[in-house]
Amino acid sequence: MARMTMIQAIRSAMDNALAEDENVVVFGEDVGFFGGVFRCTEGLQKKYGKHRCFDSPINESGIIGAAIGMASYGIRPCVEIQFADYMYPGYDQITQEASRIRYRSNNDFTVPMVVRMPTGGGIFGGQTHSQSPEALFAHVSGIKTVIPSSPYDAKGLLLASIEDNDPVMFLEPKRLYNGPFDGHHDRPVTPWSKHELGEVPEDYYTLPIGKAAIRREGADVTVLVYGTMVYVAEAAAAETGIDAEIIDLRTILPLDLETIEASVRKTGRCVIVHEATKTCGFGAELMAVVTEGCFYHLEAPIMRVTGYDTPYPHAHEWEYFPTPGRIGEALRKVMETA
Amino acid sequence: MSDEPPLSLHVPEPEFRPGDKADFSNVQIPKAGSVERPEIDVSAEDIHDLAYSIIRVMDRNGKAVGPWAGMLNDEKVKEGLEDMLRVRAFDARMLIAQRQGKTSFYMQALGEEAIACAFRKALKPGDMNFPTYRQQGLLLSTDYPMVDMMNQIYSNAADPLMGRQLPIMYSSRENGFFTISGNLATQFIQGVGWAMASAIKGDTKIAASWIGDGATAASDFHSALVFASTYRAPVVLNVVNNQWAISTYQGIARGRAVTFAARGLGFGIPALRVDGNDYLAVYAVSKWAIDRARAGHGPTLIEHVTYRVGGHSTSDDPSAYRPKEESDAWPLGDPVERLKNYLIARDVWSEAQHVQAREMIEAEVAEAQKLAEKNGTLHDGPHSSPRSMFEDVYEDIPLHLVRQRQEAGV
Repeated sequence: MARMTMIQAIRSAMDNALAEDENVVVFGEDVGFFGGVFRCTEGLQKKYGKHRCFDSPINESGIIGAAIGMASYGIRPCVEIQFADYMYPGYDQITQEASRIRYRSNNDFTVPMVVRMPTGGGIFGGQTHSQSPEALFAHVSGIKTVIPSSPYDAKGLLLASIEDNDPVMFLEPKRLYNGPFDGHHDRPVTPWSKHELGEVPEDYYTLPIGKAAIRREGADVTVLVYGTMVYVAEAAAAETGIDAEIIDLRTILPLDLETIEASVRKTGRCVIVHEATKTCGFGAELMAVVTEGCFYHLEAPIMRVTGYDTPYPHAHEWEYFPTPGRIGEALRKVMETA
Repeated sequence: MSDEPPLSLHVPEPEFRPGDKADFSNVQIPKAGSVERPEIDVSAEDIHDLAYSIIRVMDRNGKAVGPWAGMLNDEKVKEGLEDMLRVRAFDARMLIAQRQGKTSFYMQALGEEAIACAFRKALKPGDMNFPTYRQQGLLLSTDYPMVDMMNQIYSNAADPLMGRQLPIMYSSRENGFFTISGNLATQFIQGVGWAMASAIKGDTKIAASWIGDGATAASDFHSALVFASTYRAPVVLNVVNNQWAISTYQGIARGRAVTFAARGLGFGIPALRVDGNDYLAVYAVSKWAIDRARAGHGPTLIEHVTYRVGGHSTSDDPSAYRPKEESDAWPLGDPVERLKNYLIARDVWSEAQHVQAREMIEAEVAEAQKLAEKNGTLHDGPHSSPRSMFEDVYEDIPLHLVRQRQEAGV
């Protein structure tokens, strides 16, 4: 075991994968010699050579299109899109190609590919370095979407994603790279070395894709959350003193329906939190899932706390970002309906 | 107010529209045998002129001439002729089947059969094509069963793709034929990635990407060229220039560039233009590019110059956008006729043999169609089980799809 940041844990996962399976290759913009703008691939080219870890042209449809060709050849590309905001030129290759090749060829060709991308805000990245496009992936059948919230989960889920025989979108909450962030931007940053989920085995291990984690057991209200918002929701529960059950979804597709339904049936209340814009955000799907599966157990309307339906604003980051205060207010509101 | 004259947008138009008399006498067609044949390790900058000429082997008298001639013996050429006849007979049958309502859609390769048929013969087992929708010749010149292609076209109970894909979007890894998307251009970069994987693994397989003149305008065409060039991927980049993208003539995609082949030069990729209706020339140029890729010298761009004699698909009527006689006026002739004349000129084939071969192939196609129709047609069924609709979205079926399958009651 070692103390790792999320960056180190992600790097350790790729290091293990490259060592374990000679079919794994890693590439993307700036990932080779330099080791990536967030340093997630630092040292991998030196250790495994230029055939296994290399720089790509600035061309996301090219990166993903080439990775699809490689995966159908039989190797396992794990590519980096520098920011999730840059994935749109490759979205056609993801939604109409990677996602459908197994189905349309009746298993003649498959695409065991991972697309890693830093997601979310909280770093003053402005509108093109802060987006949370997970709902755009969850809407597409044939791909999986994983969003870890800690170094321990990031490593285990990334290794599981690389092993997976279907394409996986792996969204890394960049605000969590160096420490859990509880939404209080004006307070000192807590490093991962001070958090138990910063404890990461150096050896190979996997965590199951499609399985949520209950971060805090509680009796009064279920909070459905993923990525950076896990810690913000924890802070909101602590600050309001409400006995919330906080469920970190970890994978949004396939979704852990059973864990969600069991929890809401128990608590009878549900608050959904994400950074992404509200309209047609993944929270809308979660609301529908809870309504369909738990309607007769609900004691209060479900509430959503999300980013607003605006482009991600630079100067007004902390008004836009769902804070512990906003989440706490929602928690209090659902508890008012007795 | 500005003193400058107002700007005006230039929207290119083809030379001829319905009602016009097509006249291609201004199209420069170099003499057969007149274009040099460089070594396979040549640099793109040393053969710029090959991107602006047209490599041709068969002359007007049916003789094979020049440095690209003499690559295939008579038996191989006869096989090639039969492959093209098979594509033509297959297309004719399936076009009628669509008109009879047995399937929803069909796309024929009329007039451009030589390209896929000849290219396929230059590949080795294990190589992979990333085709578009008009390369049925790649499958019909292998031993892939015609009846399976028809089962797919009919989406019937024996469809190898379980009725999941539009007709003609075949897939056969075993026969080097990547699953056709129905999108345009996406496969062009995927072929480059496949070739990169072969190079990463230190294997000896090469890939061939395919695209039409219209889709070269798509950004994935650029992606493919920049990746192929950067990593010197062992890939052959085929542009089939059949002059028409549905109703849009090639000038809309090409702009002011003289040729599509010239697109390769900016990337340092050797670019060759070939007479796509000359089976012998297509084979020779394909073999050159495939050998070059396999020897580790990197990608080649080939522009196959041809003409789409039929409609784009069964969903359009070309007489609405081009003169009916335009295909007759097109100066490169018919690929089947030209190869037949070559074999006759060599005294190894005759009109009578040709008729006999054509009839035999037509009978084979008819027989395959009968067998396929025993498995059903799109409109009359039977089809695969509706339950299979939920399978193979993922390797293992996730809970939400299990629930949806239950709801569907299948």
